[in-house]
Amino acid sequence: MIKKFLFIMRMAPHQGLILQEKLDVILTTAAFEQKLTLLFLDDGVFQLKKTQQPAKQGLKETLCIFNVLEMYDVKELFIEVESLQERGLKPEDLSLPVQPCYRKDIHALMKRFDIIVSG
Amino acid sequence: MKYAIQINSSPNNSHAGYCAYQLIEALLKNGHEVFRVFFYQEGIYHAFKYASPPDDELQLTKKWTALATMHNIDMVVCISAAQRRALLISDEATRQGKCDDDLAGGFRISGLGQLAEACLLADRFIEFG
Repeated sequence: MIKKFLFIMRMAPHQGLILQEKLDVILTTAAFEQKLTLLFLDDGVFQLKKTQQPAKQGLKETLCIFNVLEMYDVKELFIEVESLQERGLKPEDLSLPVQPCYRKDIHALMKRFDIIVSG
Repeated sequence: MKYAIQINSSPNNSHAGYCAYQLIEALLKNGHEVFRVFFYQEGIYHAFKYASPPDDELQLTKKWTALATMHNIDMVVCISAAQRRALLISDEATRQGKCDDDLAGGFRISGLGQLAEACLLADRFIEFG
């Protein structure tokens, strides 16, 4: 059975283990050959920011995992335009190409999925 | 309907785990099936056998054990999340030269595949915390 999953990424990248453990769920779900989409919201937009240096703080790199998602057939990445703007970021500050989605369209986007994973 | 539940927060830093517990009770009372509860991230703290809150406080781990036993709910604790947070079953502890046996009754340890599978089998999947 194939279901459509939307993973909502809304936390800053190095806030404890949250992102690391979430990426484990994403990779496991992808290994089950499900249809995965990621939506970056709020501080989650920082997860894709270039030039992170987590190792200096004894933290594990998470950006490299996003870079291999394509190999797992996870190609649909959305970012909320307003979240990016509010944080002074531009699409070129991010390490992956993402599709812009305006706040007013998030609800319609969410309705396309069978399962929304927000934690 | 068939429900699967995921819990990500610990019993002491969030009320979400108890909300999940109450929802499960209500679902069962209304004739729904809750076939799996998956404890992930800080949620693994629900499964510590030796958690000993004062008598006048909520004994949530004991409640989980009773609920799972009574309704045959598969309560799965993620192994990688558990090991990071020092929750070891005796087999694993022995393998690592330790002597822990921390898992409360009614819970079992397994991998993230159980979560992905639960999402596929469930009519509804709900995440807490």
